Amino acid sequence: MTITIKFFALGRELVGKSELQKSYDESVTVGKVLEDLRAEYPRLAQMPSMLLAVNMEYSGEDTVLKDGDELAIIPPVSGG
Amino acid sequence: MNTNSILTRDEILRYSRHLILPEVGMSGQERLKSSRVLIVGAGGLGSPVAMYLAAAGVGTLGLVDFDTVDISNLQRQILHSESRVGQSKLESARERLQEINSHIQLNLHQGKLTSSNVKNIFQEYDIIIDGTDNFPTRYLINDASVFMGKPFIYGSIYRFSGQVTVFDVSRGPCYRCVYPEPPPPELVPSCAEGGVLGVLPGIIGTLQAIEAIKILLEIGDPLYGRLLMVDALSMKFHEIAIPPNPGCPLCGETPTINEFIDYEEFCGVPQTDNEQHEDEMTVHELRQLIDSGKQPTIIDVREPVEFEICRIPGATLIPLNELPAMIHQLHTAEDIVVYCHVGIRSRRAVNFLREMGFTRVKNLSGGIHAWATQIDPDMPVY
Repeated sequence: MTITIKFFALGRELVGKSELQKSYDESVTVGKVLEDLRAEYPRLAQMPSMLLAVNMEYSGEDTVLKDGDELAIIPPVSGG
Repeated sequence: MNTNSILTRDEILRYSRHLILPEVGMSGQERLKSSRVLIVGAGGLGSPVAMYLAAAGVGTLGLVDFDTVDISNLQRQILHSESRVGQSKLESARERLQEINSHIQLNLHQGKLTSSNVKNIFQEYDIIIDGTDNFPTRYLINDASVFMGKPFIYGSIYRFSGQVTVFDVSRGPCYRCVYPEPPPPELVPSCAEGGVLGVLPGIIGTLQAIEAIKILLEIGDPLYGRLLMVDALSMKFHEIAIPPNPGCPLCGETPTINEFIDYEEFCGVPQTDNEQHEDEMTVHELRQLIDSGKQPTIIDVREPVEFEICRIPGATLIPLNELPAMIHQLHTAEDIVVYCHVGIRSRRAVNFLREMGFTRVKNLSGGIHAWATQIDPDMPVY
């Protein structure tokens, strides 16, 4: 199954792209996908708090993802 | 004319387009006149918020800022103008807002919002609007708003995207529910470092101003518990429901934060700028090296768009993000000087290179900004 991950604001700079896809053989949790992303993009791992949403609905790390789900990663923004 | 109204004849004419809205009417406009709104920051977000709320007839507007107007502010901070460059932002704001509406009361709180003055300032207002540009002040505003039970209208911007919501723990989460901890400062680019589309705070700030009016008039559905995200490039507005977090350190079931903390420390802001690094080089020292024919390898770790604006002659561009992948282009046996815009990104690069075994690497103090102002007057400053 394939998950689309969308990065907002600073997240884009930390991974160098606004969107990517990941494939898994079996169902995964949001937490597992985050763990993989942090391993792949160490700068992302330095963010202690990020807002997570699955299909634009607020999500915790325990949510189990389905094929085609979209995970949004929204770091805090400070500009003004 | 209703002689009991607190609105004068002039004000009734001025606000007539409000008065004929059933949701506002005379009583709503009177309520706006009796309302007190504090705007923290008279910059990109604070400009449209203050101008629209002044125009709308919010009777008392407070502004907090410590800064002076810089020419590079004018691309987005529409409170200010060319003739006010160098003046205090609050004085500039006062002139602009009084031109818009002489009926309102302006309270100017010159200086930084701090743990020691926040309570005295906030207690004079019904609603707090966040127009700051840094994490320490955002967490301070959030904590004070929770302690004092004030609604806090949050807005922030970055490059082409922005966020808006209303935090009020009696109706939803607080900022710490969503973001318990700030990111480390080295990951946080400011508007100066990351750039921002000048129109964007116009969108986000006007959304904040609308939310303020709605809350004051108790109409519509304010963004309690809903984070609105705006992406100007795709021109998409996304909304995410943000629930209160029972584990929130401030407003959760077992709060661990019961008083103001040291926000600069919490956000990892360096306590002093006087930290001495032996591996710093001044622009004059670099100039002397070049003039004496001992030019070191000069690495520019800014972004390509910045390299296009100006560059030190002979510099090689390796953006900070790409440095780990490009490190094989550098040799530990050569003298290396790294620079960026003002010396912050290049400090990270130097620290990284030192960890990787480069001992002959130095950071150019003050970056290309110092070079442009002290060495090469023809070079543009940005």
